[in-house]
Amino acid sequence: MKFTWFHLMPYRFLPEDFKDKYRSVWVDIPRKLYDPKLGHKLYNDYLDQLEFADQMGFDAIGVNEHHQNAYGMMPSPNLMAAALTRRTRNANLVVLGNSIALYNPPIRVAEEFAMLDVMSGGRLVAGFPVGTSMDTNFCYGVIPAEIRPRYYEAHDLILKSWTEEESFAFDGKYTKLRYVNLWPRPIQKPHPPIWIPGGGSVETWDFCADHDYQYSFLSFFGYIQGKKIADGYWDVMAKKGREANPYSMGFAQVVAVSETDEQAERDYAPHMDYFYNRCLHVYNGFADAPGYRTVKTIKAGMLGQVGKDAAIRREGLKWKNFIDEGYVIAGSPATVRQRLREAMQHLRCGHLMILMQIGSMPPELVRKSTELFAREVMPHMRDLWPGFKDKWSPNPLPAGERVMPAALSLSNGKPDGAGRTAAPVSSEARTAK
Amino acid sequence: MNTTQYLCDGKFSIEMQVHGTGEPLLFIHGAGGFTGFDPFLEALGAKFKVVAPHFPGYGASTGAEHIDDVFDAVLILNELMDTMGIHAAHVVGHSMGGMIAAELAAFDSHRVKKLVLAAPAGFWLDQYPIPDFFAAQLDEIGPLLFHDPKSAAATLMTSIPSEWSAIEAMYVERVKRLATASKFLWPIPDRGLKKRAYRISAPTLILWGDSDRLIPPPYAKEFLSHIRNSRLHTIKEAGHMLMYEQQEAFVKAVTDFLS
Repeated sequence: MKFTWFHLMPYRFLPEDFKDKYRSVWVDIPRKLYDPKLGHKLYNDYLDQLEFADQMGFDAIGVNEHHQNAYGMMPSPNLMAAALTRRTRNANLVVLGNSIALYNPPIRVAEEFAMLDVMSGGRLVAGFPVGTSMDTNFCYGVIPAEIRPRYYEAHDLILKSWTEEESFAFDGKYTKLRYVNLWPRPIQKPHPPIWIPGGGSVETWDFCADHDYQYSFLSFFGYIQGKKIADGYWDVMAKKGREANPYSMGFAQVVAVSETDEQAERDYAPHMDYFYNRCLHVYNGFADAPGYRTVKTIKAGMLGQVGKDAAIRREGLKWKNFIDEGYVIAGSPATVRQRLREAMQHLRCGHLMILMQIGSMPPELVRKSTELFAREVMPHMRDLWPGFKDKWSPNPLPAGERVMPAALSLSNGKPDGAGRTAAPVSSEARTAK
Repeated sequence: MNTTQYLCDGKFSIEMQVHGTGEPLLFIHGAGGFTGFDPFLEALGAKFKVVAPHFPGYGASTGAEHIDDVFDAVLILNELMDTMGIHAAHVVGHSMGGMIAAELAAFDSHRVKKLVLAAPAGFWLDQYPIPDFFAAQLDEIGPLLFHDPKSAAATLMTSIPSEWSAIEAMYVERVKRLATASKFLWPIPDRGLKKRAYRISAPTLILWGDSDRLIPPPYAKEFLSHIRNSRLHTIKEAGHMLMYEQQEAFVKAVTDFLS
């Protein structure tokens, strides 16, 4: 079993009456609600938390891309990942991912991912989401019916740019380039592992199975409601004759650990409420632009993560419901061990994407939950999928070949630069011990 | 009468209503498409041979996957006219259909005898932003589209069926239609018509409902100023769906202009 400590980076300071006063946390949320000074603190807190997860031995740390919203403040996850390459050592960097249909030309993604792979010494997981309808259609203006064709074309271009030895011309429908000649090239060969996050579009299962990509099911409805999607995925894998390898599936689950079950409720209940009632408060008209989901997916009855359907399912839920219905796995380490093990077996999932900073949760609670999980839950779940090979994690450079940041020459932090001298640093001194 | 035309070796099938005899009148519907209760078509058939196709992606018409933009739309309508042996016709377009009709007239001025643009899309004015029709929910659509959201015409268009299967069918059809419409209208219904409108030489009637809240009346002036041989007729107590809300006034204005 592998663990990715995943951050959404929510804005933690939406007003109490947010849900009553404003129609949406996404797309047209008033800009005046964002305080950049608080934002400065939040970005730094959140990067600290991801770095802490690296120190605590999580296999990977994760970031993702969303636009014009208070649910997740990463219009550019690549900036976050770049910052993380410098102070993390072991954890892989799961960028889940870049909405490749939005980049023009899409080789921008190939370039930035290659940079991240090189900067991190080959620790990158490249995620290719289609992107939510809010992000792609409403914020970035892509015609809904074009999002999937643009996505597939961008995918083909990026893959070819990573793997072709020679410069080539690309005559796509949406992108035409006379010279595709990627500098730098990624460290990982033939390319960084690719994970495809999905919310339940049936086409995504075929796409993952056909390309041997990892399918990351991003649900906030927990493992019980996630079963239908997981079964759909495994059915497609079986039909296509693919191995039922649990590592080919990732699942996002909200998890919170405390000393006891009762203490967990006291610690985390208000923050769950903030998450489900403020962070996911998306106006129904933005949830699913016409043409964003295919008719095939609509007819398969796949319910969306946001919008009216989702809000109705969450209506009036209290802590006990969140726990009983599996939205959240929380409690003492013993409770979390047992339920999480069941959940992962239930879904046949090998890559848990664990959401530990949720909604308005402050840094001290995030640290406590993360530490308890790392010490008292994670080690007991490592044995879960014996006999399966994880083909979807990065192959970084050996530790001896990886370069770490040099020690800072000055530690006084004076902003004027007075008295600073450039300390000569040999490349040997930079090498990780 | 309902009939189907097959175009481009079957790449497109176009289902259409045909009413009456006389000079051909091509009617191009708006983003929502026909409702199944469109009596103004038959009424226009009293004087003209009305040809009212469902655009690809609407009703039983197929081939939407081959349409990317307004140029494809114009070409497929040219193809339809050729296939039906219509060299030139009066063209009446509503909303998105008005935008496509204007493009058709600009593309080949000889094909369009007279042009009627009923609350056409196609322009964008920063001082009069058009509400986001695609994000609007069913309970918000009535007030956007109708002078009187409680009228029979409005109720017919915005009521929710009671059977689950009918709701699903309605939802799927709406998605199919608007997914096609989004190719011309998303995220802003401006594909450069302003640049091409000087090519429209057909006598043009611009029709507007005086309480259109989707594309407000200032847009009428914009069309007037860009189409040289044009005049404006405003219909009272009509919203964006003027031919549904004030059918008689609509049919009379169109018939008088074309006769």
